[in-house]
Amino acid sequence: MKLDVPSDLGMVGDAVELVATHLPPGTLSPRRISFNLRTALAEALGNAIRYGTGENPARSIRVSVEFGHDFVRIYVIDDGGGFDTTQVPDPTHPDNLEREYGRGLFVIRHLVDEVAFNEKGNGICLTLRAG
Amino acid sequence: MRFTLKKDKSGVVIVGVEGQLIVGNRQELKQKILDALEEGSRKFVIDFSKTGYIDSSGLGVLVSLSKKIREQGGELRLAGLNADLQTLFELTKLDTLFAISRTAEEALAAF
Repeated sequence: MKLDVPSDLGMVGDAVELVATHLPPGTLSPRRISFNLRTALAEALGNAIRYGTGENPARSIRVSVEFGHDFVRIYVIDDGGGFDTTQVPDPTHPDNLEREYGRGLFVIRHLVDEVAFNEKGNGICLTLRAG
Repeated sequence: MRFTLKKDKSGVVIVGVEGQLIVGNRQELKQKILDALEEGSRKFVIDFSKTGYIDSSGLGVLVSLSKKIREQGGELRLAGLNADLQTLFELTKLDTLFAISRTAEEALAAF
C-alpha cells in the first residue's frame, strides 16, 4: 500500500483511517490497530508535515505500508532536510512537562515495537508486531 | 470526529471528544474552550469516553489549555480515559499534571 499525503495537518486523520482500515484482518489485534498504529502514524505524519515540509500543501509525504501475517511496517518519508533524532529532549523531565510540544518521538517509541530512521533523518519506519 | 460542549446546572462546561484528538483538529478544541473561558466559564471537564486516540499534539493542547484555565482562576479535569489512553498519560507523566477522574460524573462531583 502506498499513498502520498498532502502536507496539510487536516489530512492526518483521514490518512490514518485509510491505512488502518485497509490492513488485512488478523495482521494485528484490533486494539493495536485502533490505538497503537493510529496514534503512532498520526505522530509520524504530523511531524513530517509540520517540521519536514513546513505545512506547504504543494509538498507531500510518502507513506508506504508493508505487512505480513504477524507484522505491519510503515514508512513515512518527507522531502525535507531531516533532523537529528538523538537531540530530542526528554519530555518527561520536570522542566519539560508543561511544554506544549516535544512528545511525538517519545510517544512513537512507546507505542511501536521498532523505530528506525533513515540516514538523512527525513524518514521513519514504524514496525508493529502481532501480540 | 466531533467536539460537543454543554454546561451542567452548576455551570461546569463538559466537553465531549468523539473520535480522536490529534494534530489536525486540536485547534478546534482549543478555540471552543478558549471561547467558553472568554465568556466567563471557569470549570471544565473534558470527557474522553468516546475518544479512540490522542496524539502528542492533542496532549500538548491539553497542557496549554490547563495553563490558560489556571491563569484565569479556573480548573480543568479530565475523565473517561480508556486503558490505552490512561497508559499514554502515565508514560508521558501527564497524569501528574492533570486531575483525572474515572467518569465525567466523578469529575463533576470533585469540583
